Amino acid sequence: MPKVMCLAIPMRIASIEGDEAEAEVGGVVRRVSIALTPEAKVGEYVLLHTGYAIGVIDEAEAKETLKLLEEIASFSEIS
Amino acid sequence: MKFLDEYQNSELATKLAHRIANHTTKPIRLMEFCGGHTHAIMRHGIRQLVPETVEMRAGPGCPVCVTATIDLDKAIALAWLPNVTITTFGDMMRVPGSYSSLQQTKAEGADVRVVYSTMDAMKIARENPKKSVIFIGIGFETTAPTIAASIIKAQQGGIENFHVLSCLKLTPPVMKALLDSGEVKLDGIICPGHVSVIIGSRPYEFIPADYGVACVISGFEPIDILLCVGKLVEQIEAGQPKVEIAYRRGVKPQGNRKALELMGEVFQIDGANWRGIGIVPQSGLKINQKYEHFDAAKVFSGLLRCARNDKPVREPKGCRCGDILRGVATPFECHLFGKVCTPEKPVGPCMVSSEGACAAYYQYGSAKIFGNF
Ligand code: SF4
Repeated sequence: MPKVMCLAIPMRIASIEGDEAEAEVGGVVRRVSIALTPEAKVGEYVLLHTGYAIGVIDEAEAKETLKLLEEIASFSEIS
Repeated sequence: MKFLDEYQNSELATKLAHRIANHTTKPIRLMEFCGGHTHAIMRHGIRQLVPETVEMRAGPGCPVCVTATIDLDKAIALAWLPNVTITTFGDMMRVPGSYSSLQQTKAEGADVRVVYSTMDAMKIARENPKKSVIFIGIGFETTAPTIAASIIKAQQGGIENFHVLSCLKLTPPVMKALLDSGEVKLDGIICPGHVSVIIGSRPYEFIPADYGVACVISGFEPIDILLCVGKLVEQIEAGQPKVEIAYRRGVKPQGNRKALELMGEVFQIDGANWRGIGIVPQSGLKINQKYEHFDAAKVFSGLLRCARNDKPVREPKGCRCGDILRGVATPFECHLFGKVCTPEKPVGPCMVSSEGACAAYYQYGSAKIFGNF
């Protein structure tokens, strides 16, 4: 787990039980609170900060950013 | 790991850095508000990777570092009250107060325990109903809703021996204080990613509007930071400062509604005391009247006054943490840096905390190359 407080690790929600969930990253499973992200669904990734999921990662936005990065990369090859 | 590895590609990083170099025509100064960003920038050698025209300054975004000595003294005084257990994030343990640290206090026999989460603190409270379990609530908007959620949970579960000493601080008001002071001239701000997951992008809008300073919200991986710096350079070169989100997978303009709602339920805005900056109006959160039985500052106010006995606050001698937190100096400008003050024997909080600028500069400062991925 991160020592740096404002870091938050992306973890995948494996199961949900009330306002708690089992979240997994790199084979490690942790019990986390989803009190701040009641919309989180199984299979989605959340940002975990001090035991709480503080936000759900937006996969579509992540894809957009990666596409943009690819464009930048290919563009700088030309220039 | 998904959502991490994609943002750590060194080939792409080099390309982004080239792009920044191609766009920049004049010297500019950026401040990374967040200690997590300072850490990542140093660790990945990003200061060496971006062109020399782009100066990067650390800011006040290290929760442990900005905690005022007097608040630490209060935490230590609370630890000596009968039947009290102090729970705290680990980074606070070694921070020197005026006369002692929480670590020393523990060694001398007080009940001080390190927790990873407020949930752990609540568990201790549940298991020790005869003790008053006080959580030292440091942090910014990222941490505030987790503390709000724990207080609400304690209320629902009837855990009446759980208390919080709130030292919570707010980001936009202190940015305003720094800009108003005019001590350090900034062209752009790398806005904190996880604070913004909670508050969104709108609370920063006064910064480009009133101060003409560019604002881009960044994630914490090297690619995220370079993408952010690239956007800042573009805005500054175009003379069109605005608020942009370069961390779109995590941050929405409106933030996290649920988290904001819980913060609003438990806290009210109040002045806060920042190390090196002083009291900044409306820059902190205190527990409101409805939940005041969880407020350690209220519940123990009488005892606390006696315990502290009005002993004067003393700051670590020669330490320039305050200047560093205001962005006025870099750690290299402190005479004690690396000689007297090291992570093994820290003089001030900026060397203690893993998010502190001095610790990051000490640990990675000699990294001349990029590639620590
Ligand atoms: S190097 Fe040590 S003494 Fe100097 S400012 Fe940083 S924490 Fe303070």
